[in-house]
Amino acid sequence: MAADTEPLPVVPLRRWGRWISALIIIALLVLLGIALGNAKIQWNSVPDFLWYRVMAIGLLNTVVLAVLAQASAIVIGVVIALLRLSANPVARWFASGYIWLFRGLPVLLQILIWYNLALVFPMISISLPFGGHLVHEQTNVLISAFTAALLGLALNESAYMAEIVRAGLTSVSTGQTEAAKSIGMTPATTLRRVVLPQAMRVIIPPTGNDFINMLKGTSMASVIGVTELIHASNNISSHNLLVMETLLAAAVWYMVVVTIASIGQHYLERAFGAADRGPVSRAARSARV
Amino acid sequence: MSDLPLLRTVGVHKSYGGTEVLRGIDLDVAKGRVVCLLGPSGGGKSTFLRCVNHLETVDAGQIWVAGEPMGYRLRHGKLYELREREVARQRRKIGMVFQHFNLFGHRTALQNVMDGPIRVLGTPREQARAEALDLLERVGLAERTGAYPAQLSGGQQQRVAIARSLAMKPELMLFDEPTSALDPELVGDVLAVMTSLAAEGMTMLVVTHEMGFAAEAADEVVFLADGAVVETGPPSQVLGDPREDRTRQFLARVLA
Ligand SMILES: Nc1ncnc2c1ncn2[C@@H]1O[C@H](COP(=O)(O)OP(=O)(O)OP(=O)(O)O)[C@@H](O)[C@H]1O
Ligand SMILES: [Mg+2]
Repeated sequence: MAADTEPLPVVPLRRWGRWISALIIIALLVLLGIALGNAKIQWNSVPDFLWYRVMAIGLLNTVVLAVLAQASAIVIGVVIALLRLSANPVARWFASGYIWLFRGLPVLLQILIWYNLALVFPMISISLPFGGHLVHEQTNVLISAFTAALLGLALNESAYMAEIVRAGLTSVSTGQTEAAKSIGMTPATTLRRVVLPQAMRVIIPPTGNDFINMLKGTSMASVIGVTELIHASNNISSHNLLVMETLLAAAVWYMVVVTIASIGQHYLERAFGAADRGPVSRAARSARV
Repeated sequence: MSDLPLLRTVGVHKSYGGTEVLRGIDLDVAKGRVVCLLGPSGGGKSTFLRCVNHLETVDAGQIWVAGEPMGYRLRHGKLYELREREVARQRRKIGMVFQHFNLFGHRTALQNVMDGPIRVLGTPREQARAEALDLLERVGLAERTGAYPAQLSGGQQQRVAIARSLAMKPELMLFDEPTSALDPELVGDVLAVMTSLAAEGMTMLVVTHEMGFAAEAADEVVFLADGAVVETGPPSQVLGDPREDRTRQFLARVLA
């Protein structure tokens, strides 16, 4: 009819559902705000606790513990993943057992086991072949609370990292590995130049997630007395009994650290995408133009 | 050793599990010759090609390339198995082109071609770059040197893959159905590159279903079925007037 002559007026669909759900959400938020305002919380003391000396030590320990544990986990995870993919059946079997054990046990249990190792092994010594010792020390001295937490967190995470790295390595087609072989690349060069750079795209996003989890997981070290954020806030509240206020101060620091880590992850992924993903990021860019 | 042809295989056997895929393959390819390998699917053509550059180990028999036993070192009348990095050194003189191109996905066309010379041969970067640009021009891709594999058509990818192999200055080139993953209109460009390579005197062992290429470029055609060589001869004879029933049936089906 008139379809090809005059543009006809359009009546947009009224989306009543959206309006109603938005109003409900806003109402609930307002109620929550009123409740929090009436709560018996000394809001103005929270900012002070942020800057207590013990809180600063807690923050430092949380970050250092998380970074050390994640870094060790990545190194161990790569080794376990390579063993898992090796042609040697004993190595494969060992790697599977390792992942099964360290992924299976709760982190808290692992931390407690390392912390209490002195109960069963009072001394740790590594002897040299012709007499003398490389290490000869009481277990209690060697494994401090911090070390025990680091061992527990790192070994547990290394099992997850092994699986992440394995998924990354196997995501690169065997055809490319064979092509690399066919131009005479050694296995080491093939791994470094062909497999790893492409595996990184698969490995980096879940590793970033795991690191954010690790930042929060360090809170378990409070159980054995490592002065991280939770332990620090308990420490303050044991003097002034402002439990909720000090915990909120710790919560603020966790959010700050996690937010910074998320931003870092974003840039890391983008850097690898830009340098590496060539076709994908370029295609995405031109599609947006 | 100088009396050996560039490639000689003697009684090559290969089994997967219980099934014998190659049942004693004897094949010679003299320097500068082009040999086409034809045969039905599952006949063992790919397996044989992969044995030649030791991507697969053989169960029995030997493969000599340029006088060296692939995967072994000959000493005092015995063959000593080589380590993987020593096999890698042997593979430098053999180029291989795959059905599915297998370009490095994170590298541009130019980088795909440069990587081998730089990382394997230790060629200075500038020289490797100049040679790679020459090669890409030769395969008709001077315009696309900065493209990533995913941005190239199948035919273009395969020509980059050929350039990548040639960058290693191989003595022998292996092709495993280089055009069978391509759209029909892209086959011609790849075959043209292969034809000119043959004309320049490259020694080539080519698995293909392109009868036209075999008829035109091959010095010799080998028909392989069920893991054994059924018939060998010049293309005019094997393709035009096959002696064996097996060959005739296969050709009737392929050319139908
Ligand atoms: N890695 C492997 N494991 C087990 N069997 C295999 C393997 N590779 C090949 N085979 C078998 O060996 C036989 C020969 O395979 P091959 O790929 O060499 O045949 P082809 O002649 O190249 O066939 P096509 O023309 O389909 O490529 C087939 O039966 C195949 O199933
Ligand atoms: Mg095949």
